[in-house]
Amino acid sequence: MKDISCKLLVIGAGPGGYVCAIRAGQLGIDTVIVEERKPGGTCLNVGCIPSKALIHAAEEYDRIAHLASGANPLGIRTTQPEIDLSQTIAWKDTIVGRLNSGVSGLLKKSKVKMVQGRAHFRDGKTVEVETETGRQIIRAESVVIATGSAPVELPGLPFGGAVISSTEALSLTSVPDRLVVVGGGYIGLELGTAFAKMGAKVTVVEAQARILPQYDAELTRPVSKRLQALGIEVMTRAKAKGLAKGGSALLVETENGSEVSLPADRILVTVGRRPVTQGWGREELVLDMDGPFIRIDERCRTSMRGIYAIGDVTGEPMLAHRAMSQGEMVAEIVAGHQRVWDKRAIPAVCFTDPEIVAVGMTPDEAHKIGSEVRIGQFPFAANGRAMTKLGEEGFVRVVARADNHLVLGIQAVGQGVSELSAAFGLAVEMGARLEDIAGTIHAHPTQGEAFQESALKSLGRELHI
Amino acid sequence: MGEHLIKMPDVGEGIAEAELVEWHVKVGDLVREDALLAAVMTDKATVEIPSPVDGEVLWLGADIGDVVAIGSPLIRLKTGDEEGAASARDTDKAPEAPARPKEIEAQADGAVKTSDAIVEKQAKEAPQPRPVEAPQSPPVRMHRPSARRMEGDKPIASPAVRLRAREAGIDLRQVPGSGPAGRITHEDLDAFLAHGPQAAGAEGLSQDTSVQAIKVIGLRRKIAEKMALAKSRIPHITYVEEVDVTALEDLRASLNASKRAERPKLTILPFLMRAMVKAIAEKPNLNAIYDDEAGVVHQHGGVHIGIATQTGSGLMVPVVRHAEARDLWDCATELNRLAEAAKAGLATREELSGSTITITSLGAMGGIVTTPVINHPEVAIVGVNKIMVRPVWDGSTFIPRKMMNLSSSFDHRIVDGWDAAVFVQRIKTLLETPAMIFVEA
Repeated sequence: MKDISCKLLVIGAGPGGYVCAIRAGQLGIDTVIVEERKPGGTCLNVGCIPSKALIHAAEEYDRIAHLASGANPLGIRTTQPEIDLSQTIAWKDTIVGRLNSGVSGLLKKSKVKMVQGRAHFRDGKTVEVETETGRQIIRAESVVIATGSAPVELPGLPFGGAVISSTEALSLTSVPDRLVVVGGGYIGLELGTAFAKMGAKVTVVEAQARILPQYDAELTRPVSKRLQALGIEVMTRAKAKGLAKGGSALLVETENGSEVSLPADRILVTVGRRPVTQGWGREELVLDMDGPFIRIDERCRTSMRGIYAIGDVTGEPMLAHRAMSQGEMVAEIVAGHQRVWDKRAIPAVCFTDPEIVAVGMTPDEAHKIGSEVRIGQFPFAANGRAMTKLGEEGFVRVVARADNHLVLGIQAVGQGVSELSAAFGLAVEMGARLEDIAGTIHAHPTQGEAFQESALKSLGRELHI
Repeated sequence: MGEHLIKMPDVGEGIAEAELVEWHVKVGDLVREDALLAAVMTDKATVEIPSPVDGEVLWLGADIGDVVAIGSPLIRLKTGDEEGAASARDTDKAPEAPARPKEIEAQADGAVKTSDAIVEKQAKEAPQPRPVEAPQSPPVRMHRPSARRMEGDKPIASPAVRLRAREAGIDLRQVPGSGPAGRITHEDLDAFLAHGPQAAGAEGLSQDTSVQAIKVIGLRRKIAEKMALAKSRIPHITYVEEVDVTALEDLRASLNASKRAERPKLTILPFLMRAMVKAIAEKPNLNAIYDDEAGVVHQHGGVHIGIATQTGSGLMVPVVRHAEARDLWDCATELNRLAEAAKAGLATREELSGSTITITSLGAMGGIVTTPVINHPEVAIVGVNKIMVRPVWDGSTFIPRKMMNLSSSFDHRIVDGWDAAVFVQRIKTLLETPAMIFVEA
């Protein structure tokens, strides 16, 4: 097979890699992207997108089940729904399929050459790819490592059989009767909630003192409350020890040191993700590491000239939109533009029920850096739109510097608040002050009004509470 | 539960209204009996209003700076007592108000009396207005964007501005931001690009567009009103003359060197006061109060000299009464006492009013010439400028002499230029030959 020479080689076509390649192609850079599987990476194939599809289906099912129970105030009567999860999964797969071909189309449109196969570095400028039709050598002036991350396996609980990762959970064709989720982070809670809504008896085993430990207790309280209402049992300070004999139960060491056996049809392990730093020839390179991650600078440059790294392989937060932004930046740097990572905030969303969105600093974080802060919090219970959606749980909270009112962070928990992340992100990125948000007309009746009200409240000018 | 209405008390000055200068409470506060509610100001004395009952503040009847008529509702308290429920009781009488001036005088006399002692005494009697130090006018801070970022703060700029800066090779940390919270705008970047770091503030210069609204209240308002009245009503004539104080300064130095320990250190003012007493004896129409509405000049026999004094909260004019009956040392002692009292905010209303002529002196800051504003309704004010050694022609040569200017203003309606000049020339003669101050003509 004839060797390929190009200006830019991107390894991995996840959100970081494909965005990098598209942007590079747009800028006229001769670009090649290598992907072992389908384009779109974890996010599109076994992460963000499929999980949101499943969560949506579960929500719909739960809503109808709730209506059918007769306990709703809306006056709607219906009969108990049924769910054919295999059809749900097939529907999800069509969405994923459409997006796969969408990404391929965009790459093609940007004149990016796609090579399918597993890449392996020979040296800093040369990569060989095992393709279906043989070995392909690619030489590139610049290389972007965008190999992503994979679910972490627990030593005593290897994946296989009843023990599954999020990837398998998104392809189950029937709802397990009893699901044990190990790890109370956002992935475990999103999936656990979805399966509980579809009828599974779900137990969450979390090693730390509470679920979603990266958020403050105030933000996670509405989620805990909802988990309880859905009949999900949450065991905190509990450690998964391994499968019981026969494999149909999980042995758990509880808070007080005793061991219990949780019967389970499936055990979903969501204890985090690890960067994929093996299997692509890192040993042929001399890359400085930052713990398990590849060390990068503010331009996503690694310790080797001409080699960049982006996305989950470079560290926390492991979020698709961070990778995308890094990918775009690196493409422009390779094109000779002056770029540097100067983002003020990377929004984070938990698609739990209710949803949590966090942008910038929490009050605790702001205190830690020694800022005198001013905080405004507005509950959805006082928001008309939230009432009409039966979604009064939660609040919007804004954190600002006390001296100049610069907004440092915004958090919210509530039904559908993920869409508020756009407004929150814009406010922080633009360097908004409390007065800017308070002075912006927010459409009525929307949940976004709670954002404006939180700013007003922090200024002592709240109107609707 | 009852309500208790507190009205603006008659603070015993025979006045009809008082200015609210400070609230010590806000709506919703719980107050104990005797806790201070507010400070009001009459003329130049400030009076605290204590709460007669325990209760919760329901309503405040005035804003700071408002002039409130005696007897107007001032504050409403929710009280826990049952009898109060029957009828909202009024507290509009100022109990034992006449007792107050005595207390202040006792305090001003220098007897060390802690405020605790006063509180205790008053608690035993009935809650009553209480004098306090003259209040500072609290500046009302308007929203003031800090144009300058703190050291180490990330520059605040929109992503578009950041991108432009990056492409122009500009480090935004060097660019001053004119926007709120020091945000760097496109215009700031333009200015930086056009004029470079020097013009754009590398020297630390930047426009400060902040405006602070400071309410003119309390003493400051009194001063403002008085100055406006004096300047608008009185056609001033200002007469400046220089005085050779070499002999006076020699005398002053020897008196200070040889004085008894308990006597005060002499400044130039006691000499001037005594000289003025003598000059007034010859021009008595300058020691007067002109009631222009009644068309009457009250020419006083007693010489009550107001001494314009700078205090922490502004200009005050304590009065040395009957300077004609005080010798040099007595004048100096009284002057010191009053200045201290005024600066400590302990001067009484008595001590701050009743002057018939005024001296204004900025001491070492005195400058060459001033144009003093007459202390209305008086007709003359004598301004003391700085003593400086100047060359003086003695007929054959220049000799160094200690020279001091007197800048004096007169109400030209009452005082002719001639009289003014004669008066000042008389003072000049007395000060230049200080022995004449002490010799009966």
